[in-house]
Amino acid sequence: MCLAIPGKIVDVLEEDRSLALVDVLGVRRKVDLGLLQDEPPETGDWVLIHVGFAMSKIGEADAREQLRMLADLGESDAAMEEVRGYGLEDG
Amino acid sequence: MRFVDEFREPELITRTADEIRRLANPARHYRFMEVCGGHTHSIYRFGLKDLLPSNMDLVHGPGCPVCVLPMGRIDDGLSMAERPDVIFTAFGDMMRVPGTKGSPLEYKARGMDVRIVYSPSDALKLARANPDKHVMFFAIGFETTAPSTALTLMRARAQGIHNFSVFCNHVTIIPAIRAILDSPDMRIDAFIGPGHVSTVIGCRPYAWIASNEDKPIVVTGFEPLDILQSIVMLLRQLKGKEKRVENQYKRAVPWEGNRAALKAMAEVFELRPYFEWRGLGFISQSALRIRESYAEWDAERRFSVPGVRVTDPKAAQCGEVLKGVLKPAQCKLFGKECTPEHPVGALMVSSEGSCAAYYNFEHRKRVVQIRPAVQEVA
Repeated sequence: MCLAIPGKIVDVLEEDRSLALVDVLGVRRKVDLGLLQDEPPETGDWVLIHVGFAMSKIGEADAREQLRMLADLGESDAAMEEVRGYGLEDG
Repeated sequence: MRFVDEFREPELITRTADEIRRLANPARHYRFMEVCGGHTHSIYRFGLKDLLPSNMDLVHGPGCPVCVLPMGRIDDGLSMAERPDVIFTAFGDMMRVPGTKGSPLEYKARGMDVRIVYSPSDALKLARANPDKHVMFFAIGFETTAPSTALTLMRARAQGIHNFSVFCNHVTIIPAIRAILDSPDMRIDAFIGPGHVSTVIGCRPYAWIASNEDKPIVVTGFEPLDILQSIVMLLRQLKGKEKRVENQYKRAVPWEGNRAALKAMAEVFELRPYFEWRGLGFISQSALRIRESYAEWDAERRFSVPGVRVTDPKAAQCGEVLKGVLKPAQCKLFGKECTPEHPVGALMVSSEGSCAAYYNFEHRKRVVQIRPAVQEVA
């Protein structure tokens, strides 16, 4: 539940600026940017994702550190399962 | 026993652990509560207890949303799954939590339409894709998760999706901390404050803990080094006179929190007069319900929810463990009737529950002695 997954924004969708395509360790899913509307992130920014929503912007070094920590915690698989599940997709 | 060279920054870990020993007064006992279940998980996973002096206890707090939900609410939610027109959706964490007549997963096995979603927005998506069904999302979580549910409900209204509702079980962290401080059998010296909840609420809401209760609180990240650094900060505060809120997790937590998230919560939710917490009982203004203006998407208004109250299995001592009065292994059922494979209580279900964390990282280790005895921590 308290999992926050770092991802890099690869594209903010033209048709709906509240959605972005985010890359988490090679898996790309749409993530909701609605909770960061005060300071909308842009392509190339890193964000912490929780239940499909970007919760905060973070620096790249911190994001990579966070990814490593998820691996150390044994939570990488759970995190990737969550990311893969976004949008009700399987693969 | 954990070995220092297994950590990523062994030198820094050793130095920080040394600093903790230097600061701790051997003549007194320390009880620090980590409020968040994510911290509990980290503490067990990395065996941080082994790096702390023996007069220092880490008490596991109420910050595991699955664990504090009373069984009656699970039954209430599952009563809707029994309706043939309803698709019941919830996060994966909820799926194995036992209700009186079984867990959501067991309901699914009996043929009811129960599905895991990883985001509330996917539950809404499911509603769009199934216009002849009603999709109910069983919402749980603290302020980390509540804004996402709020925004999903705002989108449901904006998009005119009427076959969707939320069974709201969102809870708020501050009243739970207050209840713990008010509880006569609890003695906590300081708090390791939640990390991701604080990305939303910021650091200000904790100010009363320092000013009124005279206790330090440090908002903390989830790495071993974060937690150890936070303990150093707490010890330094305890040595000084003035207690305050400090932010160790600045890389993710802005002092003011996330205003857009707080705004979304305020738009959709209001405080319930009271809410029952497993182990802590009824706590006033400790949970959120959906505002009248979103009544159409409120599962509690839309369906007649039985409103059952179920007492936990008598032998299970979830309440005492949740309050930190008992350690997980001191519960009569721990590791016997109650295991992560066959959980009796919710603390054994969620990976953030203290019983599951203790079982996975301490109990198994004790049963199977596998670690080589090299470079033991001093």
